[in-house]
Amino acid sequence: MIVPGVMLYQTGQASSRSSGQPRWGLLIDTNALNESDVDACVRACQREHGWNSVPDSKTDAQWIRKVKLTDPESGHERFLPMMCQHCEDPPCVDVCPTGASFKRQDGIVLVNKHTCIGCRYCMMACPYKARSFIHEVLKDQLAVAPRGKGTVESCTLCVHRIDRDGANALPACAEAVNQEGRKTIWFGDLNDPQSEISQRLKALGALKLRADMGLNPGIRYQGL
Amino acid sequence: MKMQSSSRYAEIKTSTSGYWSILVALTLIALIGFASAHHMDTEGHHITGMTNQVVWGLPHVFAIFLIVAASGALNLASIASVFDKQDYKPLARFSAVLSIALLVGGLAILLLDLGRPDRLIVAMTYYNFKSIFAWNIILYTGFIVIVLAYLWLMMERRMHRWSKPAGLLAFAWRLILTTGTGSIFGFLVAREAYDSALLAPMFIVMSFAFGLAVFILLLMLSFRLDRRELDDSHLQRLRKLLGLFTAAVLYFVIVFHLTKLYGTQNHDFERFILLEGGIYTLLFWLIQIGLGNLLPLALVYAPGLQHSRPALVAASLLVILGAFAQLYIIIVGGQAFPLNIFPGYIVESSFFDGVVNEYAPSLWEFLLGIGGVTSAILIALLGIRVLPIMPESLPEETP
Repeated sequence: MIVPGVMLYQTGQASSRSSGQPRWGLLIDTNALNESDVDACVRACQREHGWNSVPDSKTDAQWIRKVKLTDPESGHERFLPMMCQHCEDPPCVDVCPTGASFKRQDGIVLVNKHTCIGCRYCMMACPYKARSFIHEVLKDQLAVAPRGKGTVESCTLCVHRIDRDGANALPACAEAVNQEGRKTIWFGDLNDPQSEISQRLKALGALKLRADMGLNPGIRYQGL
Repeated sequence: MKMQSSSRYAEIKTSTSGYWSILVALTLIALIGFASAHHMDTEGHHITGMTNQVVWGLPHVFAIFLIVAASGALNLASIASVFDKQDYKPLARFSAVLSIALLVGGLAILLLDLGRPDRLIVAMTYYNFKSIFAWNIILYTGFIVIVLAYLWLMMERRMHRWSKPAGLLAFAWRLILTTGTGSIFGFLVAREAYDSALLAPMFIVMSFAFGLAVFILLLMLSFRLDRRELDDSHLQRLRKLLGLFTAAVLYFVIVFHLTKLYGTQNHDFERFILLEGGIYTLLFWLIQIGLGNLLPLALVYAPGLQHSRPALVAASLLVILGAFAQLYIIIVGGQAFPLNIFPGYIVESSFFDGVVNEYAPSLWEFLLGIGGVTSAILIALLGIRVLPIMPESLPEETP
């Protein structure tokens, strides 16, 4: 911003909003989630994409993880699922030498497994530790999640479901915890002011992790 | 002065067993390094100490050292060509050869550590110009081409007058190149250890010191192997330069940490490196500052050691030792310190959020790194064997 109201450049959200492109995002209500809900998110993602992580392994991939936060003063604890935040201005895309890290028009940040050379610079740049490097040979990968040794991967926001079902899609993590009458994770178009996720964001607000970095992540957290 | 600029050069004509046993040993170690890289490539990186938390490790310490030293090794040629210091002219050819050799060694390590080294052609054909890494691919390959041309212009008498503009181009290129290397880290805004414009100039000053230290050692080694005359007056100049550059590195390290210490948000990180970081704190104070900066300064400037060759060799070796410690702290220490995603909370997760990340390098990555270093020395020693790079002698200067 140069002076109030005058921007040096307009961010992509404003332009994609006007072009009618959707921007897919998630709203996670950490007040409603308990520890077993977050575990269910992780298991659902593992089933959906065929990854597995041995406890305490430092090299296994983790597309989504359970984070436990404790307030050191009050001792209050809460649990939340942590994954690729699908930034509007993703540092991983900036630093990738070959352009293998890329952001789709609809805001989903992905890795092109054909041009990833395995340099791991994106992992150095990601403020959320969202990415994993494949440290060993993999077998029996699923068709929806092409994965292979020597490349980097992360949450795809269940892009295969979104490409199939559009706004009616539901990522596996959200599907695992949303029940009839008890919704905890909202998926939708952040660019559509009428969408449920936008309405809820407008009514209740939410936190962007590391908002100070100005990356405008597509994953938002309530109750932090 | 006159005699200097018309120095005669000759291939190292050594038939001593010393030269050949060094060559054989270097070749063997380099081959072991490549075999080790091949093993990493087939098995995957789980056989290394690198993890999803510490994604860059020992290979990167070795590679960055060689790349930084490469640009610094060119300094002697730059001083001669760009700044017209005739005294340095006889050293210019070797300076160029060594800089290429070191860069090739460093790039070999970086390439072989990739998850998909077979995709070199992808790295050379797909460019994201917002990535400093992509720029570095161009800067590194461009450096080799420019310095090769510069070397040829210096060696071909008829083309001699072009060596000055070529030297100027090479000098500018190397400054940009080291800026690019420092910026690999300087541009990482998410991590407290990096995110500083100071890293670019600091890497340039580091390159001055590291490159010169390697240069001094290999110059003395090759002159000794071929029993050529190397007068003290030439070493005196290099000794003074080494002292100056080492002091400049120390200055940048002090300013870097003082700046970080001023802001409260970086206190945890500074406490980690300077006080409570275990191996990193030890490496910082004992190896980087103590053995890598202060002791070489003492060896260079102590009145009784002004003409001691062992002292100069020791100072150069210590500068290199300190360089490895410094790069280890920057590269590994910077990743060991946890990302601060949830300020104000105690964070726990299955992905090691909120804890200091451990890194224990394996033999494989160490061998890869050493293999790169020996490849670089091998290229330099072969270069001076097949081409007239080294002056026949560096006698006492006539004032």
